[in-house]
Amino acid sequence: MTVLMKPRMSTRHRRSIPASLIAGAVIVGLVIIAALVSFIWTPFDPTITTTDRLLSPSGEHFLGTDALGRDVFSQLLVGARTTLYVGIISVGFAAIIGVPLGILSAAGPRWLGELIMRFIDLLLAFPALLLAIIFGAAFGTSTFSAMMAIGIATAPAFARLARSGALQVLSTEYVLAARIARRGELDIAVRHVLPNILGMLIVQASVCYGVAVLAESGLSFLGFGTPPPTPTWGRMLQEAQAIMFTNPMLVVWPAVCIVVAVLGFNLLGDGLRDRFDPKMEDNR
Amino acid sequence: MLMRFARRTGILIATLIVGSMAVFLLLRVLPGDPAQVALGVNATPEALAQLRHEFGVDRPLPVQYLEWIGGIFRGDFGTSYVTGRVVAAEISKRVSVSVWLVVLGQLAAIVIAIPLGVLAALRQRKASGTVFAGISQIGVAVPSFITGLLLINIFAVRLGLVPSGGWTAPTEDFGLFVEQAILPVLTIGLVQGALLSRYVRSAALDVLREDYIRTARSKGLMPLRAFLRHGSRNAAVPVITVIGLQVATLIVDTIVVERVFVIPGLGSLLFDGVANRDLLLVQGIVLLIVATILVMNYIIDLLYLAIDPRMRRSA
Repeated sequence: MTVLMKPRMSTRHRRSIPASLIAGAVIVGLVIIAALVSFIWTPFDPTITTTDRLLSPSGEHFLGTDALGRDVFSQLLVGARTTLYVGIISVGFAAIIGVPLGILSAAGPRWLGELIMRFIDLLLAFPALLLAIIFGAAFGTSTFSAMMAIGIATAPAFARLARSGALQVLSTEYVLAARIARRGELDIAVRHVLPNILGMLIVQASVCYGVAVLAESGLSFLGFGTPPPTPTWGRMLQEAQAIMFTNPMLVVWPAVCIVVAVLGFNLLGDGLRDRFDPKMEDNR
Repeated sequence: MLMRFARRTGILIATLIVGSMAVFLLLRVLPGDPAQVALGVNATPEALAQLRHEFGVDRPLPVQYLEWIGGIFRGDFGTSYVTGRVVAAEISKRVSVSVWLVVLGQLAAIVIAIPLGVLAALRQRKASGTVFAGISQIGVAVPSFITGLLLINIFAVRLGLVPSGGWTAPTEDFGLFVEQAILPVLTIGLVQGALLSRYVRSAALDVLREDYIRTARSKGLMPLRAFLRHGSRNAAVPVITVIGLQVATLIVDTIVVERVFVIPGLGSLLFDGVANRDLLLVQGIVLLIVATILVMNYIIDLLYLAIDPRMRRSA
């Protein structure tokens, strides 16, 4: 993973695993477990409204019920699913668009590279929220259209990273050797460039994941996110906002979930970078 | 140097043209015929055709585009099909609100981020540095509307110090402006500041590793002094880029804060425009935002040239 960078200055002892990596992995693991558990078990059906409104936490309803009588704990569990889904779609979109563009701009002819980079600059001028609102209006509000917008807006980050990584790999001797052996450009891109920049890309994906989860919650707050009845943390917050002064806990639970989950993905990204990016050697 | 400047300016103009076409085409995919929206579902086909002709939306797309962009050069963004209001006037009214929010909010962010980031970098291996870095780490994870709701809850509802929302122009009533603006500005400052402080920290760390800082330290300067005297200008370069990008995206991101604090800014106008299918209004706002971001990036690139002499030489 670290091949493309210059060799390390000193032969230090094996690097320990950063605390942020452990903390991030644990939090992300918890979110994944919550999402998996929600497929086989939730205390109540989180989408069914009942007359048991605004109950306090009890043995039956661990975290009480909301204004429509839905079990809060069950909603939180299912909400974890949406959170994971949101990140996977948007980060996947960003990587699928951005990475090939980035590699192509580095490996292709100069004019093409220049053209692609100008296109990326233009794409940067469309902020995620702006695209999400337009897409929501054009294709109807759904998790998918919102995530597609966030993915497209995040693609430039992947493209720029992939380009700078690919430029470094393409200037190495082993790529020269591959060229002499008459390997095609596509072959070189897939065999040499991609594996070598994968580490950087994974770090980037982890960081973008947190951004996507935040963006989704913001969109849900504005009413442009996942439509009801699918429970999401962002919409739980938005729904609870009207009664936040009488029932503050209904705001606190989803808020804590969002903050902790985003923190988890960010820590995971930072930890991975600290662990695998040699440029960050002394930054710890 | 002059070549680079000319080249960058050429690129800006080309990107602006392509960008405006992209905005125009992107908004054509919005469903909803303007004539249908204006007349309602019970309109006769003849009336629809008549109105479409009046709006000019029955002409070929390139003609419509040229008409629209030509008007913008004269400061005319068109007249809304839905509300019948002049789009340019609507937008400029809201821009004056958004500019205050963006500028003050970003200033607050800079004031928060620079000390936090520099301290986190200087005390990197100490407990206090970890605490500073931890604060920004958590700050980045909190959505802006949660920060806003939290501030309202504390300062407006429980302490009753300031109103929980609303907006007054500073020229109208300066005291009220300050009272109403303080929470939204603080919200933007905290959210953007947390993010910015992470870039400040990493820029400062990069600089602190340089030889000239070691030299400055070895001649007896304290870490903070050495950084301020010798490192801060170098660390400023990447930070300026981030600030520029933040300002650019803030124009849109304030929409959430505008919602929380009931502020009639550009973001809310965009939001209403989309909800009402007000094509020309949305098109105008989106173009304005995209153009602003492109120009911001252009200015940042020129600033680079001004700050960093090495950039002038590299082609």
